[in-house]
Amino acid sequence: MLNKLTRWSRIKSPWILHLNSGACNACDIEIVAALTPRFDVERFGILLKATPRHADVIIASGPVTRQIRDRIIRIYDQVPDPKFVIAVGACAMSGCVYRGAYNIMGGIDQVIPVNMYVPGCPARPDAIIDGVVKLLGKL
Amino acid sequence: MSFQIPIGPQHPALKEPISLRMTVEGEVITDVDMRLGYNHRGMEKLAEEKSWLQNIYVTERICGICSHSHATCYVQGVEKLMELAPPRRGLYIRYLVAELERVHSHLLWLGVAGHEAGFDSFFMYTWRDREIVMDLLEMISGNRVHYAINTLGGVRRDIDEGQKAKILEGVATLRKRSEYYFYIGANEPSFVARIAGVGYLSKESAIALCAVGPVARASGVARDVRKDDPCAVYGELDFEVATADTCDVLGRVVVRVKELLESYKLIEQMVKGLPAGDIAVKAPRKAKPGEVVSRYEAPRGENIHYIKANGTDKPERLKVRAPTLANYPATVEMLRKGFIADIPLIFAAIDPCICCAERTVTLVAAGSGEESVVRMSDLRRQALARHQNAPVKRNAVWPL
Ligand code: SF4
Repeated sequence: MLNKLTRWSRIKSPWILHLNSGACNACDIEIVAALTPRFDVERFGILLKATPRHADVIIASGPVTRQIRDRIIRIYDQVPDPKFVIAVGACAMSGCVYRGAYNIMGGIDQVIPVNMYVPGCPARPDAIIDGVVKLLGKL
Repeated sequence: MSFQIPIGPQHPALKEPISLRMTVEGEVITDVDMRLGYNHRGMEKLAEEKSWLQNIYVTERICGICSHSHATCYVQGVEKLMELAPPRRGLYIRYLVAELERVHSHLLWLGVAGHEAGFDSFFMYTWRDREIVMDLLEMISGNRVHYAINTLGGVRRDIDEGQKAKILEGVATLRKRSEYYFYIGANEPSFVARIAGVGYLSKESAIALCAVGPVARASGVARDVRKDDPCAVYGELDFEVATADTCDVLGRVVVRVKELLESYKLIEQMVKGLPAGDIAVKAPRKAKPGEVVSRYEAPRGENIHYIKANGTDKPERLKVRAPTLANYPATVEMLRKGFIADIPLIFAAIDPCICCAERTVTLVAAGSGEESVVRMSDLRRQALARHQNAPVKRNAVWPL
């Protein structure tokens, strides 16, 4: 009974944390655009949270720079279980144009496990919403 | 007793994430120390390994909000090195996209300023209207954020009559919406009261600290590359440099709103006067040895690229000076003698980055070494609470 309830509430209202690990800003403004009236993810019950401790889903963008690596792991640890990671943009998937630069580790999956990839440079807000909804469908 | 507050270095939205160390006496900031160099991706080194053409793709990805600015600045410089003369139609389309980008960036910033001042409906309004520009940009270039319209020697896509009509229509709607914002501003005394007098930067210090862009213009320094050193098309067009003399965040809002109107004017002129002809000329693969400095007025201020060629198909050195970097010294000055509660607002006023609001602040008690972690959103809440009791000027009018 309780399990059913938590599962239901998780699907109905996932809280997200936006994590930037050195992205060029474009993916980030598209994530924010997904929150504003045109796309409005709040109608799916999705709420942007400022702190990792409240979040269920991490939306990560950007390649991982060397300095930010430990910080990402720390933030990932702070998110309560069960946690999901969506990698938004080509950078978060593979490093995009920065791949091979001396300060770049590659995609987010080099550092933390990823559940869903949303391609694009930058990914369109519709694509990001689609990614979140598909992830919810898997639960 | 004085406290030290470190902010950052995880400063998500800036291309140059920084760490701020503030010394505070009670609520008042007495000193600010800035540390740069976090989140460094090594773009300049990367550019040395890519060809002239590939580097357009790289420079565009320096920053997502002003992607076109960096690409344009780079392309301008390389064209000078290669002695290319892009056709006038190509140039018009290039700077048309540039002005549309300025509109999107300023609307984005206005929303952020509203959010930081606790005026969230303003944030939602401007971001809704920003979608009109995004649609126009997508129609012209095929992408919402990285337009990839520039190429060496011109642009990659042409504009047809139907698109012209759509642009004019979109701009007309936007102009109406912007005027509506003035109306809201004039009838929203608490918004004006919140931002007036915050983050003071005198004209003298703006000049001495080499502030650029809207920050300098809000302090009465009419500094604009489009006017001072008109590249290509700006010399032929009629527009004014928007300035304000209040030297505070209010002034920066006013300057940006005025610039929106100037940009609408520029866009209309460019669409109506679009010359006929080709949109691009063919560029050589290699550039002769030489060096060039290219300047461009990005939405946030003057952007400078220094490019050195050694005769091969790759640059020997590409140095980028983004406007935000030039504004850091001025920011230190603005934050000094300010209140902790005003940090988000002052910071947002130099750089239109939404994610700035999401960084963590650690308060360290200097005496006991005790730490408490505060979210930027809590700071914002404190700020709002502090200003709720502030005397509100009735009938205050937005000086536009
Ligand atoms: S995927 Fe593209 S748009 Fe997104 S952060 Fe990377 S370079 Fe920028």
